[in-house]
Amino acid sequence: MASLPAVLQSEWTKIRTVSSTIWTLAAAFLVTVAVSAALCALFRSTFDDLSPAQRLTFDPTLASFSGMTLGQLAMVVFGVLVVGTEYSSGMIRTSLAAVPQRGTFLFGKLAVATVLALAVGMATSFAAFFLGQALLGEHRTTIGAENVLRAVVGGGLYMGLIALFSMAVATMLRSSMLSLGILMPFFFLVSQILAAVPKAKTVARYFPDQAGARIMQVVPDALGGTKVPYGPWEGLGIMLIWVLVALAGGYAVLKRRDA
Amino acid sequence: MIELEGLSKRFGAKVAVDRLSFQVRPGVVTGFLGPNGAGKSTTMRMMLDLDNPTSGSVRIDGRHYRELAEPLKYIGALLDAKAMHGGRSAYNNLLCLAQANRIPASRVSEVLDIVGLTAVARKKSKGFSLGMGQRLGIASALLGDPEILMFDEPVNGLDPEGIHWIRNLMKQLAAEGRTIFVSSHLMSEMALTADHLIVIGQGRLLADTTMAAFIQENSRSYARVRSPQPERLRDLLHTAGFTPVEVAGGALEVDGASTERLGELAAEHGVVLHELSAQRASLEEAFMQMTAGSVEYHAHGTSDPGRSAPPGPRWGEGPPADTGPRWGAGGGSGTEGI
Repeated sequence: MASLPAVLQSEWTKIRTVSSTIWTLAAAFLVTVAVSAALCALFRSTFDDLSPAQRLTFDPTLASFSGMTLGQLAMVVFGVLVVGTEYSSGMIRTSLAAVPQRGTFLFGKLAVATVLALAVGMATSFAAFFLGQALLGEHRTTIGAENVLRAVVGGGLYMGLIALFSMAVATMLRSSMLSLGILMPFFFLVSQILAAVPKAKTVARYFPDQAGARIMQVVPDALGGTKVPYGPWEGLGIMLIWVLVALAGGYAVLKRRDA
Repeated sequence: MIELEGLSKRFGAKVAVDRLSFQVRPGVVTGFLGPNGAGKSTTMRMMLDLDNPTSGSVRIDGRHYRELAEPLKYIGALLDAKAMHGGRSAYNNLLCLAQANRIPASRVSEVLDIVGLTAVARKKSKGFSLGMGQRLGIASALLGDPEILMFDEPVNGLDPEGIHWIRNLMKQLAAEGRTIFVSSHLMSEMALTADHLIVIGQGRLLADTTMAAFIQENSRSYARVRSPQPERLRDLLHTAGFTPVEVAGGALEVDGASTERLGELAAEHGVVLHELSAQRASLEEAFMQMTAGSVEYHAHGTSDPGRSAPPGPRWGEGPPADTGPRWGAGGGSGTEGI
């Protein structure tokens, strides 16, 4: 058996020596923080225009994560490229010749990339929160308030899981272009639109991003949103199930298909 | 020692590799020869456990590839030169592989030096030419200082200098006692480098023999004579104990006769000769004949490659020697074979 520390070290070198890593992760951080900050500033200046119900259920924590819808797309690109470039470059054959134990190879690679995505996700989440609260002025909350820390840590976990889900999908599809072509429209359009359509939203709320994002809410039905039948941790659990199913699919494909 | 036993690979209805069994012995260069599409690359990918065989197995020193803890220390392989991440430098591409098999980083610089890429070690590999890519691929094969080396079409697309370099490298590696397994679709290339020969066609084993035996069996020497008095010449040859064969253009081909002997014989009996030449069937022809029935992609419209190739539709009509492409004329024999 290949030694796991050796595989982890090798995968870390792979991630650290391509420029797409720094670009995608920096984009995930900057886009999330910048867009969230802008929207927080907007909320503060237009707070009086909100309806009384919306004002009453305003969730300052969630408001400071409002840029994540956009920022997560960079995480998707990061996750897809980590796996997809192995296939597009043909490196996968060289890699598997060096580590023929495909399970060790896949989970070594995914472990390294996920830890990195989680670290960046946490940094993003905390930065977006503190900057957002600073810009919300008198409508702000604090990290010590009830459930707020859970939401901020949850935001980091959410980013990490989005990246891992993307890696698993790319392992199944064995192509960067195909994976991006499916995941980007799904997270940016399909999921967002369906979640707003009356009938479809009962299904859409079980999509990985919709379910996972529940962890970032402190006020359950903020801004006139409908109540969902699961709590924050259950929501993250639903997302985790999606990730695990995708991982099982990816592993099965890698195990069985010719490289 | 690599042992293949009943190795088969099927892609849907198409059989790419058909019950292939042979051994690659240590200390020699084994040439793996077959026309394009014969299944050479598929076989090599199965040897590295990249493709799953439909049936059969490959053992490396008695073990499955997957059971090797650090396989780069056993087998180094060059499959396709571009199997690297173009955005990573040559050095870092090799470093990832080295780390996965616990090969010290100092070895990366060493192999880059062996293949002559030290100057571009920090350059992104996507800017590399085909020849540089090939050298980088070879560097990755040498990384673990393995006993067994596999090269799939290593000279493809290289300039003469690169071809020369790879040939010498393989000879040097074999001289160090390593097992070299190299595929090619060019017999002439194999004749220069291989000691042992494995020929496949349409996935089936056609020959498993030493290079010397293959040359012995397949490089027929004969003399070609042409005379304005063919009847007299033929009688004369029969009397002298030869069995001439008439070929296109009215010439005779005589097996086992030296040109000296034939010239003297003709002079003695006053027969006029218009042509007298020593001929040798090339190994390339022998290979083409062997695989003639198994070439997957035929180009139509050219003459038959070999003299005694399976009779084509036009064979026997005595096609005029000057109609076909020049290299195919006169029965396809070169005056000077390999």
